[in-house]
Amino acid sequence: MDTGSFAHQFAQQIVNGVSLGSIYALIALGYTMIYGIIKLINFAHGDIYMLGAYIGFVAITKAGLPFLPALIVSMIGAALAGIIIERIAYRPMRHAPRIAALITAIGVSFFLENGMILLVTPQPRTFPAVFAPTVYHIGGVVVNNQQILILASALLLMLALTYIVNKTKAGKAMRAVSYDSDAAKLMGIDTDRVISTTFALGSSLAAAAGVLVGIYYNSIDPLMGMMPGIKAFIAAVVGGIGILPGAMLGGIIMGLVEAMVSGFFSSTYRDAAAFAILILILLYKPTGLLGKNVKEKV
Amino acid sequence: MAELLKVNNASMIFGGLRAVSNLTMQIDEGELIGLIGPNGAGKTTAFNMLTGVYEPSEGEITFNGQRINGKKPYQVTQMGIARTFQNIRLFSELSVLDNVKIAFNSQVRYGLAEAIGRFGRYFKEEETIEEKALALLKIFHLEKLRDETAKNLPYGEQRRLEIARALATSPKLLLLDEPAAGMNPQETKELMEMIRWIKKEFSLSILLIEHDMGLVMNVCQRIYVLEYGICIANGTPDEIKHNKRVIKAYLGEEVS
Amino acid sequence: MKSLRQSLHKQDLLGLGIMVVLFAVFYLLFEEEILDDYWETNVVLILINIIMSVSLNLINGLTGQFSIGHAGFMAVGAYTSAIITVKLGMDFPIALIVATVSAAFLGFLIGMPTLRLNGDYLAIATLGLGEIIRIAILNIDYVGGASGFMGIPRLTTFPIAFWITVFVVYFIKNFKNSADGRACLAIRENEIAAETMGINTTKYKVMAFTIGAGFAGTAGALFSHYYYIAHPASFTFMRSFDVLTMVVLGGLGSISGSISGAILLTGISAALADYPEWRMVIYSIVLIVLMLNRPQGIFGNKELSLKMFQSIKLGGGSRGGTAQSE
Repeated sequence: MDTGSFAHQFAQQIVNGVSLGSIYALIALGYTMIYGIIKLINFAHGDIYMLGAYIGFVAITKAGLPFLPALIVSMIGAALAGIIIERIAYRPMRHAPRIAALITAIGVSFFLENGMILLVTPQPRTFPAVFAPTVYHIGGVVVNNQQILILASALLLMLALTYIVNKTKAGKAMRAVSYDSDAAKLMGIDTDRVISTTFALGSSLAAAAGVLVGIYYNSIDPLMGMMPGIKAFIAAVVGGIGILPGAMLGGIIMGLVEAMVSGFFSSTYRDAAAFAILILILLYKPTGLLGKNVKEKV
Repeated sequence: MAELLKVNNASMIFGGLRAVSNLTMQIDEGELIGLIGPNGAGKTTAFNMLTGVYEPSEGEITFNGQRINGKKPYQVTQMGIARTFQNIRLFSELSVLDNVKIAFNSQVRYGLAEAIGRFGRYFKEEETIEEKALALLKIFHLEKLRDETAKNLPYGEQRRLEIARALATSPKLLLLDEPAAGMNPQETKELMEMIRWIKKEFSLSILLIEHDMGLVMNVCQRIYVLEYGICIANGTPDEIKHNKRVIKAYLGEEVS
Repeated sequence: MKSLRQSLHKQDLLGLGIMVVLFAVFYLLFEEEILDDYWETNVVLILINIIMSVSLNLINGLTGQFSIGHAGFMAVGAYTSAIITVKLGMDFPIALIVATVSAAFLGFLIGMPTLRLNGDYLAIATLGLGEIIRIAILNIDYVGGASGFMGIPRLTTFPIAFWITVFVVYFIKNFKNSADGRACLAIRENEIAAETMGINTTKYKVMAFTIGAGFAGTAGALFSHYYYIAHPASFTFMRSFDVLTMVVLGGLGSISGSISGAILLTGISAALADYPEWRMVIYSIVLIVLMLNRPQGIFGNKELSLKMFQSIKLGGGSRGGTAQSE
């Protein structure tokens, strides 16, 4: 009986962890793409996710849009925000010391968080339920339709991104710039445009994650991006920064670890576990699970 | 003459690539040796093995009878091997003087407390280091530029500063990685004179990687030739000039 | 030419003189209540922030090791000192020393394995470690857990904070101008070349990290004994970001810069206190605009010095501002 309930509990946490993890994966993808292309830890990325959630919230409650159009509106809105932020705050810093660019990113993050507090007050909003919650019992494990929605949407978006990066011309240009931006420029690639595209894509994925989280937890607030932002970056590092499948893998691992720690120990240790995994990975394989070791040439 | 550096069958293997294969080499005290070879022959890799940047995958390297394998670069330096880099590696935001002072670090004999409280040996040692550093700068005609930021020096002076800095670690063996790269013929000629002079003045042995054949043939007593990581010849400049394998390696198949 | 000893003694005496005057002025202003409590609170906060930024600058600016977990060490200092004074009933000086030593020791333990990492990887690892420290504290009921360690006596006074700050700045300035400090600078400039110059880079990185962490502990002790409470929420990565911002804004590697950064950002924050809802928005805009216009920071890597003033007065002399690095 005991072992049975343990198995149930374990399976349940896997379901929860994968749903949560696919959200982290969506945010981590943007992080890893932006880092891959301009070597900047875009600390504001978590706040783009928050922005996406609010745009989705407005689209559903004020404009009365159904789920899918609201998701698309939110993705487009966040993509625009990403492009504008890059244009105003990051592009002038491209040849500045990297730490200065990082401080600028922190500044943008503060600005988005506090700007939103000013605009919509710090009070959490109740995100409308776009689908009537339905709960399925599969062999004692509880799965709800929101979890299925999250997983399906995340999978579709990841497939779309993989297609864009690997098969389209824009994707090829992105890979070229991320590999060697100077060489790409010499080959006639408009690097500014490619970087804008990267921000647009990354931001739209974060926005989708924001809307999905809104639906999952029913609640959004201006500071909701802080922790998930950091954790998504950790997920990207754990998987191997700059590597798309790495971000997905890292995201799922982070989600699973959090679900397991919350389910079996205590949720107060949830964040510590995420950081501990990060540090273990960094110490034993600094380039991440899927990363290749590159040594500085002497 | 006493044997200083001995490389015994040393190899460096990266994955499946043998960057340096079964290198055997000997440098005696007071010798000036050249290490030449086409691009990608493994010369810099050999330097990295000698200085502890890489640990040889096979074989043994000894210096003054002590094993170098497994030593960290700073330990190798403290044993008495100094080097310069193919792509200059100065402390570019620091002053010319500080660049040299840093190289005296392992000779400093005052503790942290003396430095913070400014008592004891601090003043005397700092003054000694400054004098020694200035004396070195003077030899390399850099004393007027002592307060200049290193990155602002012209190329030739950066190379000279790098050599001055290497000498500050009081080496017995100095490894120079393409010291004449990017210099014009006049500068190269001066450099040649200088290498001869510092070798005598500091009673050094020198191992030199260089592409400028004129320079190598002129100053070196013996030369090792690497090709695809394998040492294909060693001998006096005259022997090397007439070695068929070397000519083939440099000029290609047809000409031999 | 004057001997090094004479010229340094002259500099030190002059510096001490300026500090005594500065101290006397503020002391009188506070004693005579010309400046009110609000001012005193902010001045003490500035002093604590100076200790934080100057000590982080030792790690990030002088040694070039990108650390953003400074708040964690501050937390260790804040809590251990409170245990010493509240739980064990010992004196504040002992608490300050224990706070410094325990934060330094933790810095040493953490530094040994993590300082092998480079750049952004080190940054994210230190951020993680800082958070782990905070979460660990959050789960210890002995020190109040999530509701914080309450009932700490206010033992930090303006004179104590002032002279400890002077001591920390003097310590780090002298460190910078020693052989050990030069080794750290060499690591920042080019780690491989530093190693080739016979410098044990691991040793110096750990040394800088340990000293920096220790002083963050000192700042933490002053902090908790000024605000009556040590609360986990005071030591999140947001505080680490704040301190990092002061360092970069002032100019990485410049001690004068870190001091100015701490004064400027704490000052802006205090000045905007009357507009709480606009405060952080304006703060972030100021931050972005400053970075866009001066990415190398206010001072670059130069120090404020007498020579700098002399060269301004003489209307030339591009070599000014290096007196302290000689």
